[in-house]
Amino acid sequence: MTEISHYSQVWSYRTPRGRLALWGAWLALVALFVFCWQVMTKDTIWFFVTDAPRQAADIGNRMMPPRWSYLPELWAPLWDTINIATLGTIGGVIMAVPVAFMAARNTTPSARILRPLALFIIVASRSINSLIWALLLVAIIGPGLLAGIVAIALRSIGFVGKLLYEAIEETDANQIEAITATGASGAQVLSYGIVPQIMPAFWGITVFRWDINIRESTILGLVGAGGIGLKLQASLNTLAWSQVTVILLLILATVVLSEWVSARVRHAII
Amino acid sequence: MLILDGLSKTYKTGDAALADVSLTVPKGQILGLIGPSGAGKSTLIRCINRLVQPTSGKVLLGDVDLVRLGKADLRRQRRRIGMIFQEYALVERLTVMENVLSGRLGYVPFWRSFLRKYPPADIQRAYQLLDRVGLMAHADKRADALSGGQRQRVGIARALAQDPELLLVDEPTASLDPKTSRQIMRLLTEICSERGLPAIVNIHDVPLAQQFMQRIVGLRAGRVVFDGTPEQLTHEALTTIYGAEDWNEMRRGDQEQTNAEEDARNRMAALVQ
Repeated sequence: MTEISHYSQVWSYRTPRGRLALWGAWLALVALFVFCWQVMTKDTIWFFVTDAPRQAADIGNRMMPPRWSYLPELWAPLWDTINIATLGTIGGVIMAVPVAFMAARNTTPSARILRPLALFIIVASRSINSLIWALLLVAIIGPGLLAGIVAIALRSIGFVGKLLYEAIEETDANQIEAITATGASGAQVLSYGIVPQIMPAFWGITVFRWDINIRESTILGLVGAGGIGLKLQASLNTLAWSQVTVILLLILATVVLSEWVSARVRHAII
Repeated sequence: MLILDGLSKTYKTGDAALADVSLTVPKGQILGLIGPSGAGKSTLIRCINRLVQPTSGKVLLGDVDLVRLGKADLRRQRRRIGMIFQEYALVERLTVMENVLSGRLGYVPFWRSFLRKYPPADIQRAYQLLDRVGLMAHADKRADALSGGQRQRVGIARALAQDPELLLVDEPTASLDPKTSRQIMRLLTEICSERGLPAIVNIHDVPLAQQFMQRIVGLRAGRVVFDGTPEQLTHEALTTIYGAEDWNEMRRGDQEQTNAEEDARNRMAALVQ
């Protein structure tokens, strides 16, 4: 290399200022961690913590062996739980579809009024956990399956609405333009230009939400909204730990099964 | 017959895409619209069926001024104008048949289109068109299962299903290889002359335009700067449209490509025998 070049050999990914900022950020993070550690440990009663392994072993002992004879009592509430999830999903999707079309920039009938309203519905539904929805609804329409179904449906609107309106906004404008150019009416543009494009997303989202709802509906019983959670609540209250084991295993099996079904369905569509 | 009179379009950003364009396209004429990117070719054809709203001017198809129409009337008039797109713009997840039948959307009520219960005459006509473009065997395949050339032929069948009085064609060959491009252009010109159908074809490829078009209009910065036969499209004319460039070089390049294709074809033929 005898050639003399006036090109620099020095190049760095970050500017000096950037490096300093990065270093400062890491320092701040460590400081925050130390501070949080102090807050956390200040009010901890260490006696209980050191006792934890023994307590865990104790509960573990009481939980074992599972009381399998309790299983027959659980089929009916499990069926209720699955129904809460399924009916709640259907209800949520039915309400979410118009909301999604109002929220999507390219299909909203009025960007000034209806779009913000739809976005607000989505945010409101998403910001409230289904357990809290259930708590409210049990107070309003009384304990039972209906409260659970409505709670799941209300919580699903936001999830399905948000993902669906994003799918609508991502549709290929060319296809829509081509359908418009044939002289199709608004409803026809929707059904030929947009609906076929969002169908895979729609089914994927619906099945995914159903899968989540199965999990969420298992605990709704804790606040009196029906299903297997009621049994869990009862067993916990009577300290029947061996029954709790059976319920937890049953929930686990159900969730695994629903996840498998949803994965298969999504795979088949997409 | 299509008459554009003083057509202008200024976008909200202040870009004048079209400035005072006046053209007359008689029945049966195939007009090639050439010009550099951003010259307003796409805007021009979209102003005709009002996918883009022109700022001023008239678009007369027969004796209807398309610019002044309300929503319902516009839909009715759009049926008379078939459009063919650069990237085919088929509804990818629908079948070939559904795509062709979608050309009838302007004629059938919503419930018929929704339930796919088209009138028998429409279905018969769709089959006839599929046969014409050579896709009879693919009628029930999904559009995204076809090759580029096949998709564009579905696009042509869809436009023809409208029974149009005018074809607007936006860069029909931009996504296709040279050989398929020529096949598509040949099919388009044949169909137009069969039906005496006028067409406006946006086209990037100057040699292709000269080969297939009866008349060429050059657009530059939204203005018509050339209007004549392919023979009149000289070196000077191309320079007015596109700016200075060695056009003979480009033509030689095109000739070279044609030779290369010819050569490849001969060799393939030799292999087959």
